[in-house]
Amino acid sequence: MAYDKFTILKSSAVPMPIENVDTDQIIPARFLKATERKGFGDNLFRDWRYDSNDQPKQDFVLNNPIYSGKILVGGKNFGSGSSREHAAWAIYDYGFRCVVSSFFADIFKGNAINVGILPVQVSPEFLNQIFEAIEKDPKSELEVNLEDQKITILSTGASESFAINGYKKHNLLNGFDDIDYLQSMKSEIESFAAKK
Amino acid sequence: MSNSPKTLFDKVWDSHVVRNIEDGPDVFFIDRHFIHEVTSPVAFLGLEQRGIGVLFPEKTFATADHNTPTINQHLPVEDPLSANQLAQLEKNSAKYGISHWGLGNPKNGIVHVVGPENGITLPGMTIVCGDSHTSTHGAFGAIAFGIGTSEVEMVLSSQCIMQPKPKKMRINVNGQLGKGVTPKDVALYIISKLTTSGATGYFVEYAGDVFENMTMEGRMTVCNLSIEMGARGGMIAPDQTTFDYINGRELAPKGADWDKQLAYWKTLKTDAGASFDKELTFNAADIEPMITYGTNPGMGIGISKNIPSANEVEGGATTYAKSLDYMGFHENDAMIGKKVDYVFIGSCTNGRIEDFRAFASIIKGHKKADHVTAWVVPGSHIVEAQIKEEGILDILTDAGFELRQPGCSACLAMNDDKIPAGKYAVSTSNRNFEGRQGPGSRTLLASPYVAAAAAITGVVTDPRQFL
Repeated sequence: MAYDKFTILKSSAVPMPIENVDTDQIIPARFLKATERKGFGDNLFRDWRYDSNDQPKQDFVLNNPIYSGKILVGGKNFGSGSSREHAAWAIYDYGFRCVVSSFFADIFKGNAINVGILPVQVSPEFLNQIFEAIEKDPKSELEVNLEDQKITILSTGASESFAINGYKKHNLLNGFDDIDYLQSMKSEIESFAAKK
Repeated sequence: MSNSPKTLFDKVWDSHVVRNIEDGPDVFFIDRHFIHEVTSPVAFLGLEQRGIGVLFPEKTFATADHNTPTINQHLPVEDPLSANQLAQLEKNSAKYGISHWGLGNPKNGIVHVVGPENGITLPGMTIVCGDSHTSTHGAFGAIAFGIGTSEVEMVLSSQCIMQPKPKKMRINVNGQLGKGVTPKDVALYIISKLTTSGATGYFVEYAGDVFENMTMEGRMTVCNLSIEMGARGGMIAPDQTTFDYINGRELAPKGADWDKQLAYWKTLKTDAGASFDKELTFNAADIEPMITYGTNPGMGIGISKNIPSANEVEGGATTYAKSLDYMGFHENDAMIGKKVDYVFIGSCTNGRIEDFRAFASIIKGHKKADHVTAWVVPGSHIVEAQIKEEGILDILTDAGFELRQPGCSACLAMNDDKIPAGKYAVSTSNRNFEGRQGPGSRTLLASPYVAAAAAITGVVTDPRQFL
């Protein structure tokens, strides 16, 4: 039961040049009470996005109409903190399909791939180039090519390659998930368990 | 098996690999799986949508903790969304034959407190839970870490997850800890040195005489906080302290099974000459009682120190300024004397009996400061019973404190226990992120001693003056 296939994504991007964006900011714990995986996008970055009267904060990037797109670009150590997959669900549900940063927290990175979001880790220098390109032109587009493992700033032509293991890449390209894989090797798991 | 020296981590990891995928993760077998009400319902829903079941229900243990109230637990839960999650956990556990310690059950409590205290957590095991503080269980020489809900569904349906093997780091702390310096301070000190991403990609082994001389509860506090430096988990080699802790616990092995397992557990240590990808060594004498001043656990300092200026810290000046602005603090401010509105002792980090003994040792004979609201929350019913049996409740009551019922409480603002906007809380929990304890709340992470000293003086206070 998989998610959308990820092949090539060409989109403008939303810049968030803040370091250590933790999962409590991505989605505060009080919004984790659903028992179904839907609607989390409404509360993405809730306390940065809305004030205590639920009014949009005008200085927050998601409330600024000049920025849009399916790519979120964050500062170093994106997704630190809690293991809540709700953080990845909220990002996906809002409409992002790719998060770019110079460094990701481990659990978030795994969760992102498991829900069909591609985490793209770039060098700090390339990250700055992306922020500069967006600052110059908010509609500036990025192209993320999973097959070639390459991210390009289309306005400047600058590009960088990124890493992903072959298994996860194959899954994302084809929209497969780990549960399908594990179900296919159930007897091997059962005999492993019996020997333990 | 090769005879080359292996680390503790390698020994446990390698014995749990069902299949190694080329250019991919390991199919990794899980011995113990804990679930709670918040991160499991979507996993159970996934099973239903796929039409698959739970492969080994006896290896999964459910407890309710995150959104449970900490007063009047005998009454129906008021918040309908929380009540629904709790009902789903009970229903799903019953449907698949999973052990369930719900509200009101005498075994109920925070997942990372009840696992060890009931003998479910054992050395050499692989342990996961949809909660990043699962690293706690590494104190027993287990590989334990937090997972996402997709992975909860994987464990339920196949008892495996897909994990690339992390790199290995050893952190040594040697020497004698000073007066008033607790395991919490050791952990906050290490995190302040490494930053919140300093151990990302690594699994940590803690070694050296400070950890060897630590109690199991202290080791749990240290391992609990491994995730706060970005490590997936941390572990400590099991020794006589570990075996003595486990022996006799309800679900621990007994008789011949105990002897057999004990013989295996004694092999669980890093061989001389085994190599790590990174090794760090700290001196115990350099550590003083710690407190955080910012919005991540890496922003901690010795309690007698002043807040660093931006040029003294790693990371961007903008992020640093945003953090101090949120806290209402300034560069070079002293922490001692800062006003405190709330004190919280509890959580999977510091919600065990030794933490309450430490707290009580300072408040005994004093009174809670009038303006301070204090939440004293045991990690489990077993801890609650110990607090009563040992006379700690009397000390609390005499000093003007009330004891609440077990749960995650004010650690994460999912239940009714929230710190109001703008207020300062000295908290023995694990995260000081913006809004972690409630929208706009300001958290100062610290040990039970520092929390106790703040509760009676109403300001940030060096606890050593009371010891």
